[in-house]
Amino acid sequence: MSGLAGRTIGEIQSLVASGKASAVEVCRAHLERARALEPRLKAFRALLEAEALGEAARVDRERAAGRPPGALAGVPIAVKDVLCVRGAPATCGSRILEHHVPIEDATCVARLRRAGAVILGKTNMDEFAMGSSTENSAFEKTANPWALDRVPGGSSGGSAAAVAARAVPAALGTDTGGSIRQPAAFCGIPGMKPTYGRVSRYGLVAFASSLDQAGPFGLTVEDVARVLQVIAGHDPLDSTSAPEGVPDYLAALRGGASGLRLGVPAEYFAAGMDKEIDASVRSALRIAERLGARLEEISLPHTGYAIPAYYIIATAEASSNLARYDGVRYGHRARGAQQLVPLYTRTRTEGFGAEVKRRIMLGTYVLSSGYYDAYYLKGQKVRTLIRRDFERAFEKVDVILTPTSPTPAFRFGEKADDPLAMYLSDIYTVTLNLAGLPGISIPCGLTRDRLPIGLQIVGRRFDEETVLRLAAALEAELKFHQHSPPLAGQP
Amino acid sequence: MAITRDEVLHLAKLANLEFTGEEIDRFTRQIGSILDYVARLNEIDTSAIEPTSHVESGSHALRDDALRPSIPREEALANAPESDGSHFKVPKVIG
Repeated sequence: MSGLAGRTIGEIQSLVASGKASAVEVCRAHLERARALEPRLKAFRALLEAEALGEAARVDRERAAGRPPGALAGVPIAVKDVLCVRGAPATCGSRILEHHVPIEDATCVARLRRAGAVILGKTNMDEFAMGSSTENSAFEKTANPWALDRVPGGSSGGSAAAVAARAVPAALGTDTGGSIRQPAAFCGIPGMKPTYGRVSRYGLVAFASSLDQAGPFGLTVEDVARVLQVIAGHDPLDSTSAPEGVPDYLAALRGGASGLRLGVPAEYFAAGMDKEIDASVRSALRIAERLGARLEEISLPHTGYAIPAYYIIATAEASSNLARYDGVRYGHRARGAQQLVPLYTRTRTEGFGAEVKRRIMLGTYVLSSGYYDAYYLKGQKVRTLIRRDFERAFEKVDVILTPTSPTPAFRFGEKADDPLAMYLSDIYTVTLNLAGLPGISIPCGLTRDRLPIGLQIVGRRFDEETVLRLAAALEAELKFHQHSPPLAGQP
Repeated sequence: MAITRDEVLHLAKLANLEFTGEEIDRFTRQIGSILDYVARLNEIDTSAIEPTSHVESGSHALRDDALRPSIPREEALANAPESDGSHFKVPKVIG
């Protein structure tokens, strides 16, 4: 059976469930495609060939034995290298974990497996998820399938590029300040950050624990919903995972846009935004209106303070979380240290890259005595104001629409030497992490240079349903999946 | 500048990181400009605002204090850079 790669989850699941294709055939087709693309794409840290084929064979055996196929039976899925897959290295894009092999699956990975998904490989990322271009990976630079001289976005750049290039139908990423949504926008696919607490963080190597959340990339909104359905839900192993019941997301997709009240925040359409992005997002707003949604201008007055608040909070949490890398229990250890403190210092100095060190230093500073109130506490108070902005807005509207990123994918090296310029790529996405809200980026158009543009849809806490509902309605009109990146057409 | 070279050297010590002189200069410049940017938070009066450390997910439930098997020692030590089979080995702590 040819042409198994490039299909949606729904197609693969029904081919496998009906026996028209075996899970092993599906797995082989995707492995071949991933391998063929890899020299140009560099999306993967590792392809788990033997394990994936073994898993696929198990799916086929279960089917042959008459057991009902899971919701993702035989569907190959790639997993960001910050999520633990038992027995496969989880490098987090860092030298310090280069040879680290987790002894357990992350809960979201375990849930994928239980649904019959086949974990095809681990994807490249900015070191410890710190970055917006995947250039901070200690190992390789992932290319954007739409333009190989441009970044795929980040930090989940490998997952986004792998899906956009049709190496896998879906992938998991993580999002601390935009790390799923921004690469989804840059690569022209849907990508969703669920509500904080919706998906277990157990087995997600921590960057900023109050902001981190795992979520799916897919080729369609429906595929995003299918993966979310499987990974969402309370986990006793993560005390911050929410007890809320998980609704039927596929059913939610059929709701249409009619009757929804859509908030359009003035602050997210400020001067300085790329003109083509502005035009494309506004045209999507008009489509929503035509579908029967009502647009309302709203204000989120503290938006301009989100990036500074975010970089205080995220770096503070990172400096605490990354204190665990000391060369004692796992990860890299510097050779030859005769005493403990030099062992720590040399291990960390050798193991971490520049951006991680910069953020650890900044986080150490904002938490240090004498600066705590001025920075960390101040940042947390501003976080309250940003959260309240959204609470007030959601009294009047059901969802909020914004651009995902102020620019399309930029060239390698363009922002690599200017950390602040890189941080500003996240200007429209960090607010959701600060407020704990769900958001999706869906592709809404192409620039003249044929680079994808992302539209962000933001929902109330735990209301992924309305976000997905509008996303599906717009996707059906925008018909973006008629476009595919140049690399997707190639073997 | 919002931060001095000496402060950056002190931070490096707190964070257990070492830098070359050139790296310290670059970090002083970069962290300084990030702090200058972050200073815009001072435009807002937050004296009456409660901080948010975590957006509550409605859980934070404590589990029952029941006995459960823990991970086997071999697995716990599987990623250790150095071990004697039952402990993590480190250089001498007290000289």
